[in-house]
Amino acid sequence: MGAKRTDFIATVIIDLIVAAVVGILAFLLAYILISGLPHVSWSFLTGTTDAFSGAGGIGVQLFNSFYLLVLTMLISIPISLGAGIYLAEYAKDNWRTSLIRSAIEVLSSLPSVVVGLFGFLLFVVKFKIGFSVISGAIALTFFNLPLLTRNIEESLSAVPRNQREAGLSLGLSKWKTEIGIILPVALPGIVTGIVLSAGRVFGEAAALIYTAGQSAPVTNFSDWNPMDPASPLNPFRPAETLAVHIWKVNTEGLASNAAQLSAAASAVLIIAVLLFNLGARVLGNFLYRRVTASK
Amino acid sequence: MLKQYSFEKTAVQTFPDNVSLAMRTENLQVFYGANHAMHDADLGFPKNQITALIGASGSGKSTYLRSLNRMNDNIATVTGKIWYHGVDINEPNVNIYEIRRHIGMVFQRPNPFAKSIRENIVYALKANGFKGKAELEGRVETSLKGAALWDEVKDSLDKSALALSGGQQQRLCIARSIAMEPDVLLLDEPCSALDPISTVKVEETLLELQKKYSIIIVTHNMQQAARVSSQCAFFHLGHVMEYTPTATMFSNPQIPVTQDYISGSFG
Repeated sequence: MGAKRTDFIATVIIDLIVAAVVGILAFLLAYILISGLPHVSWSFLTGTTDAFSGAGGIGVQLFNSFYLLVLTMLISIPISLGAGIYLAEYAKDNWRTSLIRSAIEVLSSLPSVVVGLFGFLLFVVKFKIGFSVISGAIALTFFNLPLLTRNIEESLSAVPRNQREAGLSLGLSKWKTEIGIILPVALPGIVTGIVLSAGRVFGEAAALIYTAGQSAPVTNFSDWNPMDPASPLNPFRPAETLAVHIWKVNTEGLASNAAQLSAAASAVLIIAVLLFNLGARVLGNFLYRRVTASK
Repeated sequence: MLKQYSFEKTAVQTFPDNVSLAMRTENLQVFYGANHAMHDADLGFPKNQITALIGASGSGKSTYLRSLNRMNDNIATVTGKIWYHGVDINEPNVNIYEIRRHIGMVFQRPNPFAKSIRENIVYALKANGFKGKAELEGRVETSLKGAALWDEVKDSLDKSALALSGGQQQRLCIARSIAMEPDVLLLDEPCSALDPISTVKVEETLLELQKKYSIIIVTHNMQQAARVSSQCAFFHLGHVMEYTPTATMFSNPQIPVTQDYISGSFG
């Protein structure tokens, strides 16, 4: 067989594989959207759920998902930023650093349901926090930290070494060089990583079932004092998220239209995650242009 | 096979007391772990002159240069003395950040920050506590003029430095260094990544800059050393073999190893 023929066959096979991957994805998306979107309405997006049957709107769950996401990111971004900077710039290449790296890898490969159960036993039961937004956010932080840390470390390491030398040779301290010169260059990659991990967190169910809980008590959206038990911002109230809601409606929902409800909720979830992905790209590019002054 | 040369026979000039030196090293040695990369370098650098350090790859000339502003900290072990304004700046308690503001450095590959042209110059100034919009603007202009880049970029100071050509980027790096108003400028093969036309521009810039600064330049290119420098040191396998005025080095090298290197027998 000639080189040309071999090359042709290889190209066709690779094209077919790519087409299959794209096809499966498109089919999944289309299926979820087509079966779900017709049942999505304004009252579905903003309405409240009947606690017994699971019927009704997903307004509270939608809010819970976003609130949980924000809290998780507030906890996990500073920690992983510190850890990422340490690993990329300060850690010496020795056994201790490789121990930290393997610990992070192990943490990232923990099944999310295990993280959820751990959160349940430690925060919900032992620390008596109960099913709450904050328990869920901490569990999701465990889940999120390794991915974010790795992402930040890689983004920083991808910045050429000569940028660091440039900073140091001008009499800037290592820290100043890191924050003022290296971090801005790495920022678009970091932001992309953060938004993508936000998408994962947003769609996570297993880790939340036992931590943030499976109930969405009706909250008073005119009360924004986080200390009030009925306030949506109260981090100590149980908060069923959208993904958990889908799981629950499907497994123990008593509503006659349970299938439609979960299809509609799934469509909303998918759209939100797609928006995160799109947002990651747009925001990353925008930031890159801003910090590097390139058009 | 490389000929063996004796490291005993060297020809290193010293300067009389009436020549004022920008810097001087005494018994400078550099080790990368067990690897002894630089042996006993005793060199003085006259003020407001360009000194070229030449030699083949691995001769230790860049290693030596990077020791002068302590860029080898945490990379290599440097022993010996580096005299600068009567102070040994190789002491551990010396403020290396302060030192680097007085002894600037330009690297082999142009490494402008991923910021605007203006920001490239003012960033380090601001970080070092230099204030005042008008003063900063003034520094931008004088340093870009000093590096012969002003006319090419004066209308696009807010554009990204990464959009400049390689030669322009390197002159921006020179401008960024001289904006700190250093005493000494160290250049580590500043033209090796540039085309001939950009190289000529950088060389012209250096010849102009020696009026204000003392310059030490590492170069692979003997013609470049001959064109720009007044003093020239030849490095071989981690030893300073010969250090003479440039004219002498290229017309009348004192020892066989220099002779062979200059005539192109190796390197």
